[in-house]
Amino acid sequence: MTHSITITVNGQAYTRQVDARLLLSDFIRHELLLTGTHVGCEHGVCGACTVLFDGEPVRSCLMFAVQADGHAITTVEGLSSDPERLHPLQQAFWEAHGLQCGFCTPGFLMTLVPFLEANPTPSEAEVREAISGNLCRCTGYQHIVDAVLLAATRLNGD
Amino acid sequence: MATRLFGARVKRNEDPVLLTGRAQFVDDVHLAGMLHVAFKRSDYAHARLVSIDISEARAMPGVVAVYTAADLGDYWQPSPLLVPPPPVEGAVFNQRTAGQLARDKVRYVGEPMVMVVAESRYLAEDAVEKVMVDYDPLPAVVDLEAGVADTSSLVHDDLGHNIAAHVVQRKGDYEAARARADVVISRRMHYDRGTAAPMETRGVVAQWDALARSLTVWDSTQAPIPIRNGLAAMLGLAERQVRVIAPFIGGGFGPKIMMFYPEETLIPWAAMRLGRPVKWIEDRQENFVAMTHERGQVHDCEMALTRDGQILGVRDIFFHDTGAYDPYGLTVPLNTQCTLLGPYVVPHYTTEFKAVFTNKTVVTPYRGAGRQHGVFVMERLLDLAARELGLDPLELRRRNFIPPDQFPYNNKIIFQDFTELTYDSGDYEPVLDKARAMIGWEAWQAGEGARLRAEGKTVGIGLVMYVEGTGIGPYEGARVQVEPTGKVNVATGIGTQGQGHFTSFAQIVGEQLGVPMTNIYVSTGDTAQFSWGAGTFASRGAVVAGTAIHHAAVKVRDKARRLAGEALEVAEEDVELVDGFAQVRGAPTRRVALAELARQANPLRGAVRADAEPGLEATAYYGPEMGATAFGAHALILEVDPETFNLRVHKYVVVHDCGRVINPLILDGQVQGGVAQGIGNAFYEQLVYDETGQLQNASFMDYLLPTALDVPRIDIGHEETLSPLNPNGVKGAGEAGAIPVGPLFCQALEDAFQGGGLEILEIPLSPYRLWELVTSA
Repeated sequence: MTHSITITVNGQAYTRQVDARLLLSDFIRHELLLTGTHVGCEHGVCGACTVLFDGEPVRSCLMFAVQADGHAITTVEGLSSDPERLHPLQQAFWEAHGLQCGFCTPGFLMTLVPFLEANPTPSEAEVREAISGNLCRCTGYQHIVDAVLLAATRLNGD
Repeated sequence: MATRLFGARVKRNEDPVLLTGRAQFVDDVHLAGMLHVAFKRSDYAHARLVSIDISEARAMPGVVAVYTAADLGDYWQPSPLLVPPPPVEGAVFNQRTAGQLARDKVRYVGEPMVMVVAESRYLAEDAVEKVMVDYDPLPAVVDLEAGVADTSSLVHDDLGHNIAAHVVQRKGDYEAARARADVVISRRMHYDRGTAAPMETRGVVAQWDALARSLTVWDSTQAPIPIRNGLAAMLGLAERQVRVIAPFIGGGFGPKIMMFYPEETLIPWAAMRLGRPVKWIEDRQENFVAMTHERGQVHDCEMALTRDGQILGVRDIFFHDTGAYDPYGLTVPLNTQCTLLGPYVVPHYTTEFKAVFTNKTVVTPYRGAGRQHGVFVMERLLDLAARELGLDPLELRRRNFIPPDQFPYNNKIIFQDFTELTYDSGDYEPVLDKARAMIGWEAWQAGEGARLRAEGKTVGIGLVMYVEGTGIGPYEGARVQVEPTGKVNVATGIGTQGQGHFTSFAQIVGEQLGVPMTNIYVSTGDTAQFSWGAGTFASRGAVVAGTAIHHAAVKVRDKARRLAGEALEVAEEDVELVDGFAQVRGAPTRRVALAELARQANPLRGAVRADAEPGLEATAYYGPEMGATAFGAHALILEVDPETFNLRVHKYVVVHDCGRVINPLILDGQVQGGVAQGIGNAFYEQLVYDETGQLQNASFMDYLLPTALDVPRIDIGHEETLSPLNPNGVKGAGEAGAIPVGPLFCQALEDAFQGGGLEILEIPLSPYRLWELVTSA
């Protein structure tokens, strides 16, 4: 049983016939070929597949594509695809060495963009709480935390 | 030179593509007509395979092929031995490696039995559900000591026992030293299994081009060139017909260099057989059982000392859990034997291990690769000895350091690279002193520590030392080429899994050629770019590949200066390379662009000297005669929650010496990430098997990776004792962060519960296990 769905991803509407069981993460990656969204565990723990669903961070491996019918998704490609003009959070990750292998990074970014919008002046403890649902195996998190605090400072125009 | 690149804290060249979601990982490869694989894996740890019925699976929608071991024909082969046994007299090694798909018998949960190829991964998994296997279960070998008992079930029936290897190494005469000792500390210590858990699981994509008769394989491997060579041999192809690409890899940490995993040889085989591209991506549950593990060991160890704390000798007899097969040889237990000695003078040393086959996932190196077990034993014995002798634990360590004038220092036992374990350089006391100062050892104990204790807080402090053998051979190579555009290409054969090679290697080249970082493009992990090399392991990328790159860059630099000297009519010694130009020293307006030199080095008409090599390009190789030994100290202040027994780390200090630092930013990241894995290993991560050999916690819900709330801020101090083995004086840094964390936690916890008689002789811990130990002490 397939379903016709229309999902707006990074501002562009896509209409596709999909199986009811197709995961949103697989739809984004393998139907739309937006491969910046990564899949680390497929059971909702690691956070690598985090995307924005109507502006809220969700784990795309825990949703079916059909559940996103009529909704708006933002992936890491929607932040900035131009290396010359990175989103301030991407720029801060770059400068603070907030990534090593980079596999978990899109999930961190998509978790943190709405976090910084809601809390533009976070403390380190608040940043750590905010990313406590995202696993990174390379960095030990310290440079990620540094990056978020740096981005917050910049976004506030300090 | 305008700015120094070597040693600069520059941000990474590779980050923009990673940050914008444009970096290509294996699962990002999409090819027209691509098929997808799922495996039926063993549900039992140990069972005879009575029958496998694939008829229903084969009839499922979208299924293209279903293969068992019988379908592989002559292609079914036990995988090659990756590392042969060491040249230690009397060493016993029983090689048992796995064929691609189990036949007759399964030996661990997760062992692949059937490969299903279908039009989508969903359909392949549907069909896997329909594979019917009739097992005849056998008792599982789970416990190491039970495994060596005469009554044990046999993992490999033909062997007659479960001993995979037996190695004894001796230095001096431990028994005689023991007879002279004032104090002998004897204990049994346990180190249990964990998993590397890279955020990206493994994956392979293969495409056979029947017209060009060439095979392209994308593989999440740390060693693309050996994979290329092995695949060519197995598939009956010439090496030039096989291209292996290790693209961006989402973390490796060791297990991504197990050659060959069954999937690595099956996916290319299927792609050739079916004439369509084939993809397999491991899921997380598979990763827990099918990617190799590390760390199960049991040590019976003792240390003999004089009353004033001089180590007379150490004896360590241990069992090493190698899992169901032993394809990686003895690298892990050899590292344990060697790294135990640490920065200390141990005049007499007897070390003996038995590697034991068990019905569990295969064990191969994972970050530290056996080193942390040895460090655990040594540092724990020292703490126990300090307590017994009434000595300060740091003073006991200091008294036994190898003096700085004793290097190179030969430990007289065989290391994993088969040479005698010789430390190239070292100076340990400054590292200890700096760590002691940074953690505030005395001040904390007299001040804040005493105050917190008076308030009833359970707080403790610890400091441990370690060495890390890095940068071993055999060799790596590199090609450095200046294009007529002025851009510089650097190609080497190792793979990259997040270590920042695209940046640190560019720094090495930029330093020699005077070219800005942004104009240097580094290629790693593509056999079409460079054809020779071993791979990324043993903290060797910066040391071995980095030195080969340095040599190639120096050759290009010298050629550029020679050509520029001719063009500018000055002696080549008077030419310097700055910002993309070769210019006359002291007269920088007299200059020629490197791009122009590259053009002139590739003339299209006219005569050149007979021996002239075209292009501004050079290739070089580097093979170290032995490894470079890094070292350091970790220190910690922690607090135990009296109700939950969870921990809060107040302060964590690392003082690290890996010779000259190429990029401090990248090095800090390596150290911090290593410590995070060490913390997981110490207090959160344990693979729990039941008595039937079932892994009980094969998910991230149940196997706890440390989060941002568990890993503290880490203060890092650096010392630089140069390696005399390579021109830049560098040593490896990839594993050091992870190595000494276990014994550090034990020491600090014992300090926190001082007076309680607590002894911690095992790792990993957990809040529950700590509570058990404290309440039974």
